Amino acid sequence: MAIDWKDYDPGIFYDELISSPGNSRKAARELCKRLRQLSDEELLERRDAAELAIIVMGITFTVYTEGGSIDRAWPFDIIPRIIPRREWEKTEAGLRQRVQALNMFIEDMYHDQRIIADGRFPRELIETSRNFRPECVGVEPPLNTWAHICGSDLIRGNDGKFYVLEDNLRVPSGVSYMLENRHVMKRVFPEVFEHQNILPVDDYPAQLFDMLASMSPRPMDYPVVAVLTPGIYNSAYFEHAYLAQQMGVELVEGRDLMVGEDECVYMRTIEGLTRVDVVYRRIDDWFLDPEEFNPDSVLGVPGLMRAWRAGNVGLANAPGAGVADDKLVYAYVPEMIRYYLDQDPVLDNVPTWVCIDDKEREHVLANLDKFVVKPANESGGYGMLMGPFASKKEREEFAGEIRKNPRNYIAQPLINLSTTPTIDGHGKVAPRHVDLRPFILSGDDIAVTTGGLTRVALKSGSYVVNSSQGGGSKDTWIVDTGKK
Amino acid sequence: MLSRVAEHLYWMARYMERAEGLARLVNVNSNLVLDLPRSVTFGWEPLIAITGSEPAFFELYDEMDEKSVTRFLIADRRNPGSILSCIQNARENLRSTRDLVPREAWEQVNDLYLHAYDRLRGGIAKSKRYDFLRGVIHSSQLLNGLLDGTMSHDEAYEFIRMGRNLERADVTTRILDVRSADLLPGRREELTPFENIQWMSVLKSLTAYQMYRQNVRVRVRGADVLRFLLQDREFPRALHFCLDQVEACLHDLPRNDAPLRSVTRLQRKVQEADVPELADEGLHEFSDQIQLELGQVHEQISNTYFLLDRAA
Repeated sequence: MAIDWKDYDPGIFYDELISSPGNSRKAARELCKRLRQLSDEELLERRDAAELAIIVMGITFTVYTEGGSIDRAWPFDIIPRIIPRREWEKTEAGLRQRVQALNMFIEDMYHDQRIIADGRFPRELIETSRNFRPECVGVEPPLNTWAHICGSDLIRGNDGKFYVLEDNLRVPSGVSYMLENRHVMKRVFPEVFEHQNILPVDDYPAQLFDMLASMSPRPMDYPVVAVLTPGIYNSAYFEHAYLAQQMGVELVEGRDLMVGEDECVYMRTIEGLTRVDVVYRRIDDWFLDPEEFNPDSVLGVPGLMRAWRAGNVGLANAPGAGVADDKLVYAYVPEMIRYYLDQDPVLDNVPTWVCIDDKEREHVLANLDKFVVKPANESGGYGMLMGPFASKKEREEFAGEIRKNPRNYIAQPLINLSTTPTIDGHGKVAPRHVDLRPFILSGDDIAVTTGGLTRVALKSGSYVVNSSQGGGSKDTWIVDTGKK
Repeated sequence: MLSRVAEHLYWMARYMERAEGLARLVNVNSNLVLDLPRSVTFGWEPLIAITGSEPAFFELYDEMDEKSVTRFLIADRRNPGSILSCIQNARENLRSTRDLVPREAWEQVNDLYLHAYDRLRGGIAKSKRYDFLRGVIHSSQLLNGLLDGTMSHDEAYEFIRMGRNLERADVTTRILDVRSADLLPGRREELTPFENIQWMSVLKSLTAYQMYRQNVRVRVRGADVLRFLLQDREFPRALHFCLDQVEACLHDLPRNDAPLRSVTRLQRKVQEADVPELADEGLHEFSDQIQLELGQVHEQISNTYFLLDRAA
């Protein structure tokens, strides 16, 4: 029995491929037709082929809690998620606008703090921010850009609109999986690429390199770029190695680098010491330089901050960029867009209540069963309360936490994430919830990935898309359906 | 290239070569044991001697019988020198440097490890052993071929080639040392009818039998075998050949003075060895010397290229 799209019912949710049972959306028509032509066995054969390809290609991620086994095959679903090109172009414009404002905000925070002086952003948020780095005040990074690589999470509600859920400005990961997902799809579904116009994604490494190179303090020479990784036990190590390889640059660990007496950064090579111009660091601020941050860090490079401040090395993302990667600051991004760019935001935030505000906090506490409450500084879906699904006891305990530390929490209504057809544990196609993480590069120009990484909650009804907690991913197609 | 990366690649190659050498050794020994009379009971002990792992072995097992020795050498993760451990180490070394080698090479090693891990989980049945070991040998050969045919012969490649050849030289020396101990004067009388097959087995452990016949063209004799495995310029597992390779690698690397000096010194020693005399006596001491100097070559390479950061 092949797939019968009439039996596929996403219910109240917005579905990415199917508009109503039996009817596919225009951009997904070709794919749905082809999938229908496959028998169940053929579909599962493709799935198995994809799984095998992932194992053989060594596409892995690491889960922290699992002590011994350090990597797991990347969970992947073979039915792609499709976005029409025209819709994507609008979303892309929104992301550019957003990241531009975020960079201006960070620059402002470490210099004049105009937005605070003008009363458009509360001072106490910065004063209490865990990610504000006094070490960065007054620093002038190249091009005045701080968040060179941003990964913004988008979700789609029942109304079919994209909302921004959060902006990851510290060390966002996932882009390598976006690239690899496409490779896997081409291996297992070559024929579906032949009959329609699916925009390619593989330009990213070249764009990333150009962006990094544009920050070089020695613009006359061919810049030496390095990717700084915490090492093979990091959950995103696969990605670090992958990006370094794709860009043709060195993948270095802290112990490969040193800062010389001339305050320049060098790497230890078989030739001796070689000067490094730009470091794409995939290590958190806190571990970057034991001289200024965590003194016990063995992952970092002593003196790196000195070299950066002296303008002898470019760091991406700049230390301190995380100040805008705080869910409280997030609540003010639409305001930043209005303030710095004098524009209306193209993309909306998910409505957000900040618990530091007395009125908003009381509203949240009174309606905890309707809210999703998130800690301001965690990522990976840790430490949050899903109000509608939590028990009374869990809600009460969480309410206590919020009262104790209101700065640390925000609340959002539960957004019904859109669904998309996914192969379930029984080999049947069923609706599963997805989000989307596009990546935005800011150098002398802003570039957005074509689509992004679609993450999918593989369990029925689940909203948790994080790979560390049972999520998987899909290839994301931006499809050009031709005529405007 | 990064010192750390050079070191990983070098060790990756050494571990893969070590796994391959062990696989050959166990296979050939299985055959040899079948051919020898029951009264000649040396059986499986020499393999433990060749790998220099008696103490480690007796910590884990009581008796050097076939079952324990093959398990120890092939599938035991507690033995850092087992085939499985070597493959795992090769993979770990490659894992952190895989951005430098062609993707197929990583896939090959990763695949070999996953496969070996899966098959060896419950030990390995005697009937499946041959196939498994052949698989390991093929994998290693395939990896060498892949690297040779798809990787730029750049510095990273030189470190791989250097590791492989140093390890090969090491394996050949160990095999010569232990195997010939059984064959040298003293025990000769008793063993004469079988002496020939044992020298043949030495050659076969190194897949050298066919090439030996083609090149030497006389019946297999101890002194000729020794000469072939020590001094032949063309056979890829002969000491002379391996050292030539290491020397050639070093010529393409920067700052090569010290390591190059130690290799040429060793090369001279191998070439100038008086083989007929060694066949009579002193081979063991000679092998020890060679082993020691191979260690020094490694140390020079390590000091020059890997440890530089600690001196900086």
